[in-house]
Amino acid sequence: MWDYVKLVVLGVIAISAAIAANYARDMAYMVNAVVVMIAAAITFLVVLRTAGEVRTVNKNEYMDGVVRAGVIATSFWGIVGFLAGVFIASQLAWPQLNFEFLQGVGNYGRLRPLHTSAVIFAFGGNALIMSIFYIVQRTTATRLWGGNLAWFVFWGWQLMIVLAATSYIFGGTQGKEYAETVWYIDLWIVVVWLSLLAVFMGTLIQRKEPHIYVANWFLLAMIITIAMLHLVNNMAIPVSIFGSQSVQVTSGVQDAMIQWWYGHNAVGFFLTAGFLGMMYYFVPKQAERPVFSYKLSIIHFWALIFLYIWAGPHHLHYTALPDWASTLGMVFSVILWMPSWGGMINGLMTLSGAWDKLRTDPVIRMMVVSIGFYGMSTFEGPMMSIKAVNSLSHYTDWTIGHVHSGALGWNGMITFGALYFLTPRLWNRDGLYSLKLVSWHFWLATIGIVLYASAMWVSGIMEGLMWREVDANGYLVNAFADTVAAKYPMYVVRMLGGLMFLSGALIMCYNLWMTVRAQPARVTSHAAVPAE
Amino acid sequence: MAFLDKHKAIETHATLLLVLSLLVVSIGGLVQIVPLFYLENTIEEVDGVRPYTPLELAGRDIYIREGCYGCHSQMIRPMRDEVERYGHYSLAAESMYDHPFQWGSKRTGPDLARVGGRYSDEWHQDHFMNAKSVVPESVMPPYGFLFDRVIDGRYIQDVVETHALVGVPYTSDMIENARADFLAQVDPNGDSSGLQSRYGAAAIPNGRDVNVRNFDGQPQLTEADALIAYMQVLGTMVDFSTFIPDASR
Repeated sequence: MWDYVKLVVLGVIAISAAIAANYARDMAYMVNAVVVMIAAAITFLVVLRTAGEVRTVNKNEYMDGVVRAGVIATSFWGIVGFLAGVFIASQLAWPQLNFEFLQGVGNYGRLRPLHTSAVIFAFGGNALIMSIFYIVQRTTATRLWGGNLAWFVFWGWQLMIVLAATSYIFGGTQGKEYAETVWYIDLWIVVVWLSLLAVFMGTLIQRKEPHIYVANWFLLAMIITIAMLHLVNNMAIPVSIFGSQSVQVTSGVQDAMIQWWYGHNAVGFFLTAGFLGMMYYFVPKQAERPVFSYKLSIIHFWALIFLYIWAGPHHLHYTALPDWASTLGMVFSVILWMPSWGGMINGLMTLSGAWDKLRTDPVIRMMVVSIGFYGMSTFEGPMMSIKAVNSLSHYTDWTIGHVHSGALGWNGMITFGALYFLTPRLWNRDGLYSLKLVSWHFWLATIGIVLYASAMWVSGIMEGLMWREVDANGYLVNAFADTVAAKYPMYVVRMLGGLMFLSGALIMCYNLWMTVRAQPARVTSHAAVPAE
Repeated sequence: MAFLDKHKAIETHATLLLVLSLLVVSIGGLVQIVPLFYLENTIEEVDGVRPYTPLELAGRDIYIREGCYGCHSQMIRPMRDEVERYGHYSLAAESMYDHPFQWGSKRTGPDLARVGGRYSDEWHQDHFMNAKSVVPESVMPPYGFLFDRVIDGRYIQDVVETHALVGVPYTSDMIENARADFLAQVDPNGDSSGLQSRYGAAAIPNGRDVNVRNFDGQPQLTEADALIAYMQVLGTMVDFSTFIPDASR
């Protein structure tokens, strides 16, 4: 019966999407409607083929299929996102790559949100969803709550990614950084995200362990905060239900404040609290050591989530935002250094007594370097939020370098570590295909990040100084165009750094693929594994 | 520490953890965002700032669609070099009708907050076609396709109406005539008195007349017309003789 309801709903969605495509006012909307139609039609066929069949599910087993899918999706979108990054970095170095024949779809301005969304929401988002589903089951000794709701979250998220990517290319955007997705995609994100919250909370409530493990605190805080940020920052009124365009409810200074309250905490929660949740599970497991300090984790958890949310205005120093708000943002950003390093210390010190593994296990090396980059960028961030420093660094490439040392170093490396950890376990294989290739990945990625970050430091500080340089008579020394020309070598180095990072990720994909294909199966008992 | 021992209550109750986390993460935003809607000195009282004309609004939508904000800021900071290079520092009042704001966060290209009137329409035409033809060092992509995309303002009234809905002071007269004004602004030989009476010097205290001309240099009305019209109005609205700086706000 339930299957037939699903069929009717999917059929209605497919037909409505086809009708909407006909009435579309703009290209992005039309393409998105067609994508929805195709997605509904495919789902319809899948449901139809299995309709009425009796499916047996072993409720005592962990639900790992969706985590396996997450491993594949994370790796795939990682490559897509890094490739987009390398391409737009090349476009900045060699603007001829804004090809004449791709005008209107392939210009830097349209591809940049494609890159940022692909790495943050597709790669990072899938890494988080994958980790959430794995960690919450293992730490509660419970199968995921909600049956196929977890699969809905997975496929709903992939649909969101495809919709977002196609809409950016064809000109659909809200014009808010890191929140470019248009109004109907925003609504879809709400549906998928609340389903994720439901799966997570349902599993937590049904847990067989009395205590909720620390990783889950971070993951829960991340999920609810992102829901709050997303809802507030995307308040917009569609111009028409047949178009992608909408008008933001807030404007000017208030909209700026809301945007960076969102933007900074997309970093603070999506890319920090969520990934700290990953750190708190994968690092102790890989190192086979307990978390360093329980008390430290309590203190730094509450301090981190309380303080992070205040840091947004440091993106708006010396703008038309009132002084009081920007000063608050600066002060809290500097204080934030402490709980951030609390997390770093707790992660690094978890290796106490297991430091020798750094020599033999390149996966743990990757995780340690990731925590190192976390520590570095959470020092750099507070420093850049100080008004005097910010007056130089704002609007320059320094910011880009800072973001990437966090994103590539911390988020990228911990995710790679998690993928190397999960793949043999999920596919029941006897270890990774090649540790040597992991080492190659490690060095390519690390050197790539160093090249990227240092190129951007040089270029950012250089252009910041060049902009403000005045001669003895008080005239500006450099035209803006001079600074653009001066950055060319750094843009090339940055592109090379990104290319190395991408190559490392490709090696990882090969390694993971061969782990599943060529490694012998691990002999295990099927007894339920207690949570740890 | 006894205090930390009490944490057991939180970490054994999922719902309590959820509620407390939500409370803790709400505070910062409430303190920083809500007062901005109520404190009177958040937006300076200055003359001259008016809502965008329908054509400028369409140009702004193209600016957003092409992701220009990824490389260009519209926010001049009150520092010597910036004021020297770009003009008077930006006021909050200048973006009060920008839904969403376009201050930007990166200057891969220069700030555009006061680009209006700084270059000729012809310069903009050349620059959008091929930026290197006027700025050899530029890394800006080409936007020649905008000159081929003919627009007719079919949906512009809906766009203006939605802006009115979120608080931009478009009058019902402005909404009803949105499409007529859209077409009038690019027709230097036509009758633009209606457009000027709604958006020009006569309508706005200490305001200026709307730029009415053929912005893209082509007979047909294209996206380039709209975008250049938007470029040419940026930062030109405020009458700075009515601006009194606030020592601290």
